[in-house]
Amino acid sequence: MRGLPVTLAARDVILGVEGVSLAFGGVRALTDVSFSVRRGSITAVIGPNGAGKTSLFNTISGFYRPRSGNVVFDGRSLAGTAPPERARLGLARTFQNIALFRGMTVLDNIKLGRHAHMRTGLLDALVYRGRARREELELRAEIEERIIDFLEIQHIRNAPVATLPYGLRKRVELARALAMRPRLLMLDEPVAGMNREETEDMARFILDVKEEWDVTILMVEHDMGMVMDISDHVVVLNFGQVIAEGSPAAVQVDPAVVAAYLGAGDLGRRLSGPEAA
Amino acid sequence: MRIGTLKTDYAADEALFDTRLQKLLILLACAAAVLFPFVASPYWLFLACLCAINVASATGLNILTGYTGLVSLGQAAFMSVGAYTVAVLEIHAGTPFLLNLLVGGLLTALVGIGVGIPSLRVKGLYLAIATIAASVVLHFVFAHWPLTGGMQGLSMPPARLFGLALDQPFQLYWLILPVTALMVLGAANLFRTRVGRAFIAIRDRDISAEVLGIPLLRYKLMSFAVSSFYAGLAGGLWAYFFRVVTPESFPLVNSIFYLAAIIVGGMGTILGGILGAVFMTMVPELLKFVAGLVTPFYPDALALLAPVRTIVFGALIVGFLIFEPHGLAEIWRRIRRFFHLWPFRT
Repeated sequence: MRGLPVTLAARDVILGVEGVSLAFGGVRALTDVSFSVRRGSITAVIGPNGAGKTSLFNTISGFYRPRSGNVVFDGRSLAGTAPPERARLGLARTFQNIALFRGMTVLDNIKLGRHAHMRTGLLDALVYRGRARREELELRAEIEERIIDFLEIQHIRNAPVATLPYGLRKRVELARALAMRPRLLMLDEPVAGMNREETEDMARFILDVKEEWDVTILMVEHDMGMVMDISDHVVVLNFGQVIAEGSPAAVQVDPAVVAAYLGAGDLGRRLSGPEAA
Repeated sequence: MRIGTLKTDYAADEALFDTRLQKLLILLACAAAVLFPFVASPYWLFLACLCAINVASATGLNILTGYTGLVSLGQAAFMSVGAYTVAVLEIHAGTPFLLNLLVGGLLTALVGIGVGIPSLRVKGLYLAIATIAASVVLHFVFAHWPLTGGMQGLSMPPARLFGLALDQPFQLYWLILPVTALMVLGAANLFRTRVGRAFIAIRDRDISAEVLGIPLLRYKLMSFAVSSFYAGLAGGLWAYFFRVVTPESFPLVNSIFYLAAIIVGGMGTILGGILGAVFMTMVPELLKFVAGLVTPFYPDALALLAPVRTIVFGALIVGFLIFEPHGLAEIWRRIRRFFHLWPFRT
């Protein structure tokens, strides 16, 4: 495992990205990307636009098949595992441009998160007796008592998703991901387009999820203030390659990182902390 | 007016009919359905049976097209599979009619799965064309296969229950209506569970459905299977109702009729399938009635009926697409909402 400054014991690693390369035709989206996500940590992937962050997420989710390299989840190689199967293993994610189901209510959207862990078959469903009914009611109770209360969305539970403002939709998407019983939660830009207050709310939810739900978090985020505040480990991508990784403090002063961001104007300064900007 | 919901557990909140008024209305509707055959003329019973058959089929199509978002123009062809199966079983095997219906439904479900296989790759218009192609193939098979009687089709004996022939609308009503009611109830239940939610997820955003752990092909085929099972049952009921099944009994126009019914009724709602099918079945009768009223003043009215019927159908579909894209079910919802707030806000 190249490019790892800190060696981790194998059992501490929940997700290992091992030499992943991805190309679309002649465009190389990712080149030999390797890093590890420690169990119980918040790991952030940052980098300028087009650095390959979302491509990396899509590779981990199983939408893209890497040209070479491998993704290892909890000691098990994910090569050849389809996205639905990855969901069953405990890999959950949210999307940059919110992928909720517009025609459904908030409650139904969250319920969908549990799909992979339920057993109701077609015939049970048609009669809604026995297992189907029991499973649905258990799910409803758990969603109400654990997820809806936790994320403070009681007031919108029966609202159609299409009517909700942006910040709340992001929160509903997080709720749905939590219903998936995730072991690794991947958040693609959880606070993009949010104001200061909404960002702080979301940062608090992310920290609480980590603590109370015992979930490891891997996120892509542009808001440097939040990344530096809450992450344990930061991976920096540029042009599809890992150019640095380490603690937030170490990454901020890494010459390669500063150089990568300097090309983008004052981002270099923003990187050295919100106060300096 | 609704003062409060007063629910104390989740089971009450997840119930299909969750207010006392709703339960009362359902009870009244059931009572009316039971009393109806004793007061109605055979003509009205005939119409009621026809409506019920169309409701069953439209509900099936609604599962596939309205809820799963897979456009199908093969519903009539699927019905023909069920109808022929029932006819062949009734003529050659003489098995009990409920078994025949079930076998017809299951066989149609298998055919539906076969037709649904391209749905992983093709969507929208392309899938619609694929289902038309399947309809043409099925029509060809039924028109040329000796077992299905070629172009003459099959004439079959009536369904029998303890030696009693069910050959009048009055008797068939007791077969058709309960079966349809069970089918509609099953569809309503389906969308209270993970299976139904997976269908809707595939309709709304199939990529994120996959990330949530929904295998697309499996659920698309399941939707095709349920939908064509419904079509097969409806076709079987149709066969018992008319007792003659020919290749021309289920033309492509009928598939369009069912698609129009769910558009007019409201795609993706159980109520929409019911209202749409009843509405579309009754429009010709309404036109006939109007023509009858006009005849004294305009003797050619009845001759004009056929072309006017086609024009009215077309206008209805266009009108609903433009003015009420969510269909009759949405109008009903608006009425309900009004009375929830009435008389405090009007």
